[in-house]
Formats: sequence, C-alpha cells, structure tokens
Amino acid sequence: MKAFAELLDRLSYTPSRNDKLRLLADYFAATPDPDRGYALAALTDGLFFRLPLRRILSDLLGPRVDPVLFDLSRDYVGDTAETIALIWPAKTRREHPPRLATVVQTLQSALAMEVPTLLANWLDQLDATGRWALLKLLTGALRVGVSARLAKTALAEWSGRPLSDIEEVWHCVDPPYLALFAWLSGNGARPEVGARASFKPLMLSHQIEDKELALIDPKDFVAEWKWDGIRVQAAHQGGERRLFSRTGDDISGAFPDVVEGIPDGVVLDGELLVVRGGDVAPFNDLQQRLNRKSVTPAMLKSHPAHIRLYDMLFEGGEDLRDMPFIERRARLEAWHAASMPARTDVSGIIDFASVAELERLWAGARETGIEGLMLKRRDSPYIAGRPKGHWYKWKRAPLTLDAVLMYAQRGSGKRSSYYSDYTFGAWRNGEGGEPELVPVGKSYFGFTDEELKELDRWVRNHTVDSFGPVRQVEPKLVFEVAFDSVHRSTRHKSGVAMRFPRIHRIRWDKPAAEADRLETLAAMIVE
Amino acid sequence: MRPERFDSWLTVDAKGLYCRPGGFHIDPYGGAKRAVITHGHSDHARPGHQHVLATRETLAAMQSRLGSAASRGTQTAAYGESLQIGEVTVTLLPAGHVLGSAQVLIEWKGARAVVSGDYKRSADPTCPGFELVPCDLFVTEATFALPVFQHGDATEEVEKLLKSRAQFPERAHVVGVYGLGKCQRVIALLRDAGYERPIYLHGALIECCALYESFGVRLGALKSATGAKREEMKGEIVLAPPSAIADRWSRRLPDPVTAFASGWMRVRARARQQGIELPLVISDHADWNELTATIAETGAEEVWVTHGREDALLHHIQSTGRKGRALALIGREDEDQ
Repeated sequence: MKAFAELLDRLSYTPSRNDKLRLLADYFAATPDPDRGYALAALTDGLFFRLPLRRILSDLLGPRVDPVLFDLSRDYVGDTAETIALIWPAKTRREHPPRLATVVQTLQSALAMEVPTLLANWLDQLDATGRWALLKLLTGALRVGVSARLAKTALAEWSGRPLSDIEEVWHCVDPPYLALFAWLSGNGARPEVGARASFKPLMLSHQIEDKELALIDPKDFVAEWKWDGIRVQAAHQGGERRLFSRTGDDISGAFPDVVEGIPDGVVLDGELLVVRGGDVAPFNDLQQRLNRKSVTPAMLKSHPAHIRLYDMLFEGGEDLRDMPFIERRARLEAWHAASMPARTDVSGIIDFASVAELERLWAGARETGIEGLMLKRRDSPYIAGRPKGHWYKWKRAPLTLDAVLMYAQRGSGKRSSYYSDYTFGAWRNGEGGEPELVPVGKSYFGFTDEELKELDRWVRNHTVDSFGPVRQVEPKLVFEVAFDSVHRSTRHKSGVAMRFPRIHRIRWDKPAAEADRLETLAAMIVE
Repeated sequence: MRPERFDSWLTVDAKGLYCRPGGFHIDPYGGAKRAVITHGHSDHARPGHQHVLATRETLAAMQSRLGSAASRGTQTAAYGESLQIGEVTVTLLPAGHVLGSAQVLIEWKGARAVVSGDYKRSADPTCPGFELVPCDLFVTEATFALPVFQHGDATEEVEKLLKSRAQFPERAHVVGVYGLGKCQRVIALLRDAGYERPIYLHGALIECCALYESFGVRLGALKSATGAKREEMKGEIVLAPPSAIADRWSRRLPDPVTAFASGWMRVRARARQQGIELPLVISDHADWNELTATIAETGAEEVWVTHGREDALLHHIQSTGRKGRALALIGREDEDQ
C-alpha cells in the first residue's frame, strides 16, 4: 500500500503528462504482482467496492475523535476524507501496513459486518498518506488526474509495446492483470483476444490543408458530413455488447439504449449523437450524458442516443479491416439494410464532381449537428492510428468574438511562474445603463511562448487587484477568441458558455471599448 | 506571597505581552523600552527597541537582518542563566524552534510562568532540543493547533525529495524554505541522508547560512544559484524563499520541480493553491500532539494561547480541566511561510 499511496500522492500534485507517465512506468517496473495489477485497475476505474463508507467512517470516528475538534478540522481542510486521513490517531508503531492486494482481495470476500474492523485496523497500520490513499481507493474515485488512456500509455512506455496492442487486448484481461503484466514484462504470451468484444484501435483523420484540398479528386475520394458528436466503436462479439470511446474506454454503462440494439458478430465505427425525431441535437445535449457511469430513465427519454454509422470492421467474425473503404462501406450498407438495428443509421455519402461543388453544398447545409466534412480515400484499408493521406477532416472556420481580458491566473507545472489562464468578458449595460464587462469564457492556449511572456508582463503591469493566484487587470487588452459553438448556461453569470474557446489573436491595437457585446455572442447560440 | 491571578502581573498592551514587575515586553512591536526576544524571526524580533535581552544567536540574527535598527542596547543570556530584572528572575531555555530560540521562564513571588515563543519537540540537527520547564502558567504558541497537524518524521520527507531527484535527474528541485532555521535544517537533513553535492542557494539565504556556520553548524558545500548556468543546475537541489519558487526567479532553473518544506504542506489544498509539486511536511513548530503533550507535561494549571488556531487548543485545554485564555496578539496570523 505504501508504494501505491506514494504514487497517488505524487500523481495528484504532478501537472505534466510526461512526468505522470514516468511516475506510473517506474511504479509498474518496481512493484510486484498482483499489487501493480490492482493499482492499474484502480487507475482505470476498474475497482468498485459497494460499501456504506460514510456511515462506517462516522461510526469509527465517534469513539476516536472529539466532534468539536473534527468539525474545526474539517472546516480548515475542506475535504472530509482527507480530514479523516489526517486526524486518525496515529499509532506510534505501525508493524503491519497492508499490501494493496490484501486490501482489495480481503474486501472482495469480506462480509459487510466485518468491514468496519478491517478498515479500522488498516487505518491504524498506515501513515497519513496511506490512509488518504486507502480512503480514495474505497470511494472508487481516485481523481489524481490520470485517465485510463494515460495509464495504458504508461504501460506502453514501460514495456516498449505499442499502445494499440495494449488497447486491443485490454477488454479481454481482468484485474489483477497477471497475464497482461506477464506479456508486457516478456514472461508470457500475448493474452488471447479470442471471440470477446474487444476494442480495435481507431483510424483517425488529418485536418486538411489548402494545398491538399486542391488535389482532391472525386475519382479517388468520397465525402461525408462530419457530425458533431463523439467517435465510438460498437462491438457485439461472443455474447458481449460494448460501446467504446475513441480512446478505448468502455462507456456501455451510460448508453444502454444504443448498446442493446447492436446485433451479434459486428464491430462498427460511427458517431454517437443525441437524435430527437430524426434531428441531431446540439453537442451540449450529448454532453449531458457523457462522463457518467449510468443513466437515469428520465435522461434516456429526454436525451435519446443514436449512432450514425460510417464503417464496419468485423462482420460475422470476419475481419474486414484490410478491405478498401468502399467495399467495407458496401458491406455496412447491405448489413444495415438486412438487420435494421434500432437507434442507428448509416451516414450518407455526398456526391460531388469537384471541390468547388462540395464547398457550395456545405455552404447550403442548414442541418444542425454538422461540424464539417470528411474526405475518405476509396481504397484505404482501416489502419489504426492517424495514417497520412487517407482520411481528411475539413472543419468550418470557427466562430470568433473580440473579448476583453479581465482576470489572469497562474498556470500549473512549467507555467506556474506565468499568468497564463485568462478570463475574458464582453460588454453589456449595467443596472444604471453604464457599460460593464461580464465574463464569458476562460482559456489558456492559442498563443505562442513568446506571446505568453508578453502577456505575463502585461498582466503584472496592469494589475488592479489580486486574490491568491488570480489577478484582476485593467480592462484594456482585447483578445480575438475563437470557439466552436456557444450554448445557454445557467451556471455562468453571462448565461452563455463557449465550447473550446482559445486565444486566436491578441489585439494589442484594439481599444477595449470596441470589443464585442454580450448580445453579439448570444446571437450565435445554437438552440 | 504568591499572586492569585497571573493577569495581575502579566498583561497585554498595545505592544504585546508585558511583565509588569520586570518592566519588560516579550517579542513586542517596535519601540519597547525593554524587550526579551525569544528568537530571530521577523514576527518576533522587531526593530527599534531601546534594550533587548536574547541569546547570543538571536542577537546575531537580529543584527544580520536589521543592522543598526536592531536595538540600541543589548544583553546576552546563555541558556539556563538566571538574571534578575526588576522584581523578577528571567531564565532563557532552549525551545528547539531555530538556532538561538528560547522559552522565557519568569519567576515572581513563588509563581513560575513560561512563555514558549515558537517551539518544537522533534529532533533538529541545527539547534539544541526543547527543554521541558515545569510551570504554573504556560504561554504557548498554536500555529498548528488542529489535530490534523501531526508532522511525521522529517527524514522521510527528505528521502522523498532525494527519491524525486533520482526519478527526475534532468530537472532541478527547488525547495521553498524560510531563511532562518528551515533552510539550514533542510540542508542538515540532506547531509545526514548522505547527500554530499553542493546545494544551491537563492541570494536571500546566503547570509543566514553563514550565520549558522559561524555558530559551528556544518552545512557542507553551498553555492550561489545566482549566475549559475541553467545546464549546470540539472539534477541539483536549490533552496529559495517561498516567494521565489514559483515566480520569475525560478525561470532560470531547468524545468524545476517546485517543493516546499513547511508544516502547512500537510493539507493538500494549501499545497495546491501554491502550485507545489512536491510538498514536504517539515515544520519547525510543534504539531497537535506536541502542543497537547507539552501542555500536560509542564503541569501548568493555566494556559494562555498566543497565536494560531487557538479555538481548537482552548477547547482541548478546557476539556482537560485547565484554565485557558486566548491572548489574540496581532501580527502573528500565518507563520512558517
């Protein structure tokens, strides 16, 4: 447990992705089985303990800690689990700190009535960091800034195996992943993918450049709309149905409505959308259903999910990935027409004779949910990764707004000495009719390192107030902010929320009074 | 005849805590006629007093930081040496906080009062350890007076620093430290852990280190970080005042891991707010267990709490059947930064 606790502790404070990868890889290299496998499971959200943890802890604390002192401490620390970890009366001799594997295995077989005693004993044997890690593990949410994808990337870096190989076997191995670690450390065969529903690494596209666009020949390429949802892979093999995100996370639990309709024997590639009455809903609607482990019946009804299919990787156990795109596409259409699975349709092919015609069609497209165009080479096999020259995306120019810098906050990691996170606002009329700025968004990228230095200097020289790591600045500097779309929001004072805002240009030249008004932004809202 | 009430002869006025029969203040605000100073930190040793009594080390620290503003007249007291001041007897005893730090024992008409100043009970290779002084009134600090503050073993924190250095050999490790005390303690702990490379110092720390060395505390090879080449500092440990570790000064260092050696690092939100990547729980103040144990061991029937989180400590004092009182001295809110 000590090594695991140290790992979580370091990860929770480490901002850089590469540094996190090193911490993880070092841990996997130095930790024996099965502890490292359980750690991997915890980091990839693969461990669940159904415990009435809150009640157990409150019963355990009762006789151990003065309630007045606990409340004062809780107010100061700000987090109940952390307070418990810190305040737990330390034993002077900690002789038997438990191993991570012991904790997991014991809890998996323990009776509910035994858990409080087990937990108390472990808390006695661990130091404060160990207690904190144990409580994090038991709540099932580590929140140390490591995604499942990052953990798998660390496995790839440590072992030297390609990430795509690890992703492919991932859903066929289970905690504590003995076979996986045996293979990765060179002491065993690659785990058998067999007939189970496993993730096949996705083929991704490149943003098209003007010179490439000029060379597009309709003889070689087909076009499809690019839908504004999230890329998914739906698989039904060996009796298992699964829906994977583009990084191979299993998101089946949140989308039972689309998962139950996937017929046997296929692996499909498509866009997950919310579709009502045949119309694609704005991305914001899909957002409501993402990042949840499960979904309520009310959500299923109000935000029905749908997959718009555009490729087929397996049919009836046959691997189609080496076929040309156009043949896979024919198989997809024939299969779909025959099986008519619910909550799916096939993304249409757009006929075009020239790039100019494609551009006209695009300009005339009024349907919501279209984010741009995809151009796919007719003879491309399905290649994992982002191969050059096969698939292109051609996105709409972003929306922009001239906004005024209001607050700047220190960044993290390499940027911790810079004011690099910017909150900007648009003008509106205040209660007395005078113009005032209201924050409309926040962004910390889009500028060069050189520009960051200038911005940092500007912030330091124009500070009017500071609150901890945040500085309020004179409302004088205009940013041209680019963003993908804007939505209504009840969480923001301005009533709007931008999607994917970035600093497109720093308008050193533009007077702040000429920046845009909130009404301008509100007019861009997609209903 | 023993006085019935302590507040009849130990009082709080605008300058701070005042001993009436001795005619002196303890750690007062500037301009006191006569001051007894517990240790050299800026919130205890303020400039402009007419006369100061302190240990030799504390006077040297004041002289080094304040120069001629330190005070007009000085008097040195060795640990354990009893001096008659007015009607009282004053004895300075080791507090274990930093080099020269002292508790002040005041005896008057058979009553014994101890003003702790800042103190800690855990081991520190750079200063004499805390000496328990039995007394009737104990005036204690309360910087870390919440039961969540239980500082572990400082040597383990230094091991954590050395492990991180081994894991990230291409980065510098910059450790935020208070200049007087924490800086030298971290260096000494590194030396005890077998770390023999030169340790780089921010300019503001150099003088304090020289002061410690002049009193015989060996710190090993020290180098100025000012002017050192970026390339040269890869894999090195650099000490700097907390205000410099995540600001423009640190940009000269190669991709630094920002560490901070402080008791506050025990609480995650505190470390995170300051952008600390490697929090090291190393404190020169007593933690909750040391505070409560010391109060019990002094045998004091009455305990006054000077500065910090006094509500929790007063609750504890009262629940153990002692008389407690918050002194509410101003200007001591957030020590050990």
